[in-house]
Amino acid sequence: MEFNFQLVQDSLPLLLLGAGITIKITALSVIVGIIIGLFMGIARIVNIRIFRIIAAIYVDFFRGTPLLVQIFLVYFALPLLTGQRSDPYVAAISACGLNSGAYVTEIFRSGIQSIDKGQMEAGRSLGMTWTQTMRYIIIPQAFKRVIPQLGNEFIALLKDSSLVSVIGFEELTRRGQLIIAKTYASVEIWTCVAIIYLIMTLSISRFVAYLEWRFKTDDKH
Amino acid sequence: MINIKDLYKSYGKVDVLKGIDLDIKEKEVVVIIGPSGSGKSTLLRCMNYLEEPTKGTVCVDGIVLDGEANINKVREEVGMVFQRFNLFPHMTVLQNIMLAPMKVRHMAEDEAKKEAVRLLTRVGLADKADNYPTQLSGGQQQRVAIARALAMKPKVMLFDEPTSALDPEMVGEVLDVMRNLAEEGMTMVIVTHEMGFAREVGDRLLFVDQGKILEQGAPKDVFEHPQQERTKLFLSKVL
Repeated sequence: MEFNFQLVQDSLPLLLLGAGITIKITALSVIVGIIIGLFMGIARIVNIRIFRIIAAIYVDFFRGTPLLVQIFLVYFALPLLTGQRSDPYVAAISACGLNSGAYVTEIFRSGIQSIDKGQMEAGRSLGMTWTQTMRYIIIPQAFKRVIPQLGNEFIALLKDSSLVSVIGFEELTRRGQLIIAKTYASVEIWTCVAIIYLIMTLSISRFVAYLEWRFKTDDKH
Repeated sequence: MINIKDLYKSYGKVDVLKGIDLDIKEKEVVVIIGPSGSGKSTLLRCMNYLEEPTKGTVCVDGIVLDGEANINKVREEVGMVFQRFNLFPHMTVLQNIMLAPMKVRHMAEDEAKKEAVRLLTRVGLADKADNYPTQLSGGQQQRVAIARALAMKPKVMLFDEPTSALDPEMVGEVLDVMRNLAEEGMTMVIVTHEMGFAREVGDRLLFVDQGKILEQGAPKDVFEHPQQERTKLFLSKVL
């Protein structure tokens, strides 16, 4: 058996198209995840018990069940809520976003709690409300502090997004499977798919390292 | 200006304040001294409700502190300076000072900036406006913190051991700023271990121990003729 480079070359455009879709759903899921994570992260630490409970249940559920199961669940449960057949796009982003949101919740919670409590006291003693102090003082500092963990989370999400291939969503992994089904060139295509994932994850980690450096020099602390 | 009646504060089973009654007049400079753990910082922090009393009332400028709304109202009028400065590290010195006037008083940006520059000049740090707090020495940071509190045009300033975290050679510059404030007629409550400063600037000295005001009076009298044994013992150790 021989490694068929010609086949790799022929398949590359299709695979790259899939990679584009992988990037797209990862990016959208990241946005969903950050928004959910920010609110849930705050909900976990507020003085209102019911918020804390809801956030804790959310985190426990999405961290305690496999993403694969969550994808199926969202895909098949969504039609019950909307009355329509699931759009794989919506299902994929919902599942990945909700899953990622649970991890981001914990990242933000620990980030916020890591900020010296004197910062909150200083804000409050100046007459600012809790919300204002959170918004202008605590969260901007917490955000910078958790950039490395957020970066790791998004690299994990990009890789995990391969799971949405199970609902027929044609991202990178699914494209690879489809090409293999036609050509039987398993080794060539999976190698190619792996390399494309690697390039994407390495790019993100370089970018995160850059952000970290930028904020550090920005701040001198 | 500040009226405190029958104030108690406990953390679980530990009683920190055990019945404090205190009236502070306008333009009065009250200095609170006492051993560590005596409750003097807690007493100060009750004055703007950073600590919620277990029992008793705190009334500032005619407003009784009891709910979220009037607590915020009172905090706008009461500036606080912390032992560890608590400047906002992600903002420049100027932004630190401008934030609260803009967000709480809805002051226009250029007006807030003008006021911030004026206050920085007053504490002798006009050239540091665009620096970040961590680029400043401790004494400079504390002066910025004072300017930040003054930007809200408070009626009262609370100082919680403002020089305790400073290197000795930086204590003087902070005390100078405070001395000027006192001379201009600011109502001030100061928790400190700087006995010389307490004697020089204070109108009234409180000696707090074990959650109670044990002795009070003109600083000179308390320092020279302490009435209580506990006060004598404490002063003999610190003077």
